Amino acid sequence: MHEPHTAEHAHPQLGFWRKYVFSTDHKIIGIQYMITAMAMAVVGGTLSMLMRYQLAWPSLLSPTMAKIMPDAFAGGVMKPEFYVSLVTMHGTIMVFFLFTAVLTGGFGNFLIPLQVGARDMAFPFLNALSYWVFLLSCIVIFSALFVEGGAPLGGWTAYAPLNAIPAAGPGQGTGMTLWITAIALFSVSGLMGGLNYITTILTLRTKGMSMMRLPLTQWSLLVTSILGLLAFPVLLAAGILLLFDRVGGTSFFVPAGIIMNQVPLMDHSGGHPLLWQHLFWFFGHPEVYIVILPAMGMASDILSTFCRKPIFSYRMMVYSMVAIAALSFIVWGHHMFVSGMNPFLGSVFTLTTLLIAVPSAIKTFNWIGTVWGARIRFTVPALFAIAFVSLFVSGGISGIFLGTSAADIQLQDTYFVVAHFHLVMAIAPLFAAFGGVYYWFPKIFGRSMNMTLGKIHFWVSFIGVYSVFFPMHILGIGGQMRRIYDPTQYDFLKPQQPLNEFITVAAFILGAAQLIFLFNFYWSIFLGKRMTERNPWHATTLEWTVPSPPGHGNFGDELPTVHRWPFDYSVPGEKEDFIPQTVPATVVAH
Amino acid sequence: MDATLAEQQRVLASDWGGGKSPFGTSWSKFMMWIFIISDALTFAGFLIAYGFVRGISQKWPKQTEVFNMVLITFMTFALISSSAVMAMAVGAARARQPKLAVRFLALTIAGGLIFLGCQAYEWSHFIREGARLTHNPWGVPQFAAAFFVITGFHGFHVFSGVTILAIVALRAAMGKYSADGVENAGLYWHFVDVVWVFVFAFFYLL
Repeated sequence: MHEPHTAEHAHPQLGFWRKYVFSTDHKIIGIQYMITAMAMAVVGGTLSMLMRYQLAWPSLLSPTMAKIMPDAFAGGVMKPEFYVSLVTMHGTIMVFFLFTAVLTGGFGNFLIPLQVGARDMAFPFLNALSYWVFLLSCIVIFSALFVEGGAPLGGWTAYAPLNAIPAAGPGQGTGMTLWITAIALFSVSGLMGGLNYITTILTLRTKGMSMMRLPLTQWSLLVTSILGLLAFPVLLAAGILLLFDRVGGTSFFVPAGIIMNQVPLMDHSGGHPLLWQHLFWFFGHPEVYIVILPAMGMASDILSTFCRKPIFSYRMMVYSMVAIAALSFIVWGHHMFVSGMNPFLGSVFTLTTLLIAVPSAIKTFNWIGTVWGARIRFTVPALFAIAFVSLFVSGGISGIFLGTSAADIQLQDTYFVVAHFHLVMAIAPLFAAFGGVYYWFPKIFGRSMNMTLGKIHFWVSFIGVYSVFFPMHILGIGGQMRRIYDPTQYDFLKPQQPLNEFITVAAFILGAAQLIFLFNFYWSIFLGKRMTERNPWHATTLEWTVPSPPGHGNFGDELPTVHRWPFDYSVPGEKEDFIPQTVPATVVAH
Repeated sequence: MDATLAEQQRVLASDWGGGKSPFGTSWSKFMMWIFIISDALTFAGFLIAYGFVRGISQKWPKQTEVFNMVLITFMTFALISSSAVMAMAVGAARARQPKLAVRFLALTIAGGLIFLGCQAYEWSHFIREGARLTHNPWGVPQFAAAFFVITGFHGFHVFSGVTILAIVALRAAMGKYSADGVENAGLYWHFVDVVWVFVFAFFYLL
């Protein structure tokens, strides 16, 4: 086995471009992923603000908006097709280009070599290539907003046959083609990243870092990368077939007899729209665990650090992650209960889906067990990690309703679903990611973020997300449809309109609170308080034993040897309340 | 978990205790293996989609009436044989016999090129008889569409394999080769062949 990198001092000083832009250093690539994903989040978040504006005041004339976006607001009111393109782009950008990218690309890149005790990823060049392909995919998806006809209209799931036929709508031409291209590029980038993450975690662990001594963040990144490696190729295959349907005239997803805008489609026959749903959700369900698992891992490590207690039942945490990952491949049908699926098959998917509640509940109880009786240090990362558990439970419980086919038939494609998936796979991971940023920021940039601003950011966000997403359950049970453009168009939805207005106001406050975070982040990179301490949180994992920011090659002349698991907090009889993983065992048995 | 000296000795002695690859291989070989697993899922996606559209078709053309089975058998034979030769190339590289390795690699490339040549012939023949992505003279349009997409995607893999092997052979001829590099290229080549066995079975035979 060759070392991917020699020791620190062997490297000559690199120029600015090689060091910060065309870098093969995992830390720089991690930062690049993080900052690119944040930029995409600003785009995706802005789109959601426009959506909320429309939902609260659907027929309010806005000459200002008409001036800013004359095409989208012709006559002062948002056009329906523009609204649906907002839905599509918001979902796509957030799922892929924010969450998948920031959790595995951002945190994964920065933390994997540092926490397993390696000098870099196994194949640094491939790692850098993964980022550049990701950046290209970001540019492609972003450009879909500005092409003739606008962005695609089919939602992030892009269901067939509308996704296969350019005539289906204004954004289904160039916009949809760009969407597929971006997703294909993203899959390739994810593959290149995933190969590195798995290989590095499994083969480049330092001496003594056995699998059962890995921080849970590393376990979660390993399991997530395996999921990605198995799920994304199926999406890629589906995307290629879709591209053939669109540009080659094939009919994999298009049946005969489709009439689009009063024009019958004569040149398609024999395909099936459900094929797309099967292939998409075979990828799509594991994808939500690709997002949530790293969040679980990071939240676990952060919780343990600030509770000054070992994580409750480390082994069960690992096994339940593996169980969730394995089950995630046999539950995709619960997205398709209303597609005409045989009810018997539906009940099989209900069973497998509800099984996932078991490992999820094990994790939740273990988090509670970790917090139980602890003298918690309520730092900003700790607050975000605790909020993660709260949000995960709030969003997860409604998953049991939706996973049960009998209940789902009523709730399918309502705001109940919107509330569920936002809480459990968007907001919960977002909070874990925020916690991760506040937690690892001193290590990444050598400076600390402002914690007063952090606390303001946390409390406004925490109250904000519950104000936004909790009422959506009520809207959904009341019948408001998932992608509806104007809720006031139906009499039976009109009484709920004040709730829509409340959500929108809350969403605007929530959006504004994120500006505090952005300001704090960029201000702190350059002007934040310098960290002289290597280990400001008194944590145990390897990244805290090196300077902040760590030098090239991470660990000086010699790689560290690991002597213990990462959760030796408050060990009885010890002077300090934490023992770093590198501290050798004492002869005295505990 | 007790941090005792005994525990530490047990960890350091075990394969998974860190400081070495638990698989006893280089990281690059391990990475090639997981790439292969991932890529296999892409083909699985294609083949399942093919099975799906074939399953919902009223009637599927009889392959023996459409394809020249002798040609298909021959090209399959060429590809499988090239895999056998590839294994010999790896053996030669391991035994530090670069010249022999280059010779075997050249034979492997020849096998790949014969396969690609046969495929080009088959495609052009198919197209001349009227097969297109959108329609074909033998029945449902998905028949030719699936044919072009799946054999095309596989052919693209064979082509990249030939390119990789050519680079490895050139480097070996210049003396800049490692046994691991040859073996990794070989793994990829065997994978491409195994995929063909599936394509052959599901598309031409069943």
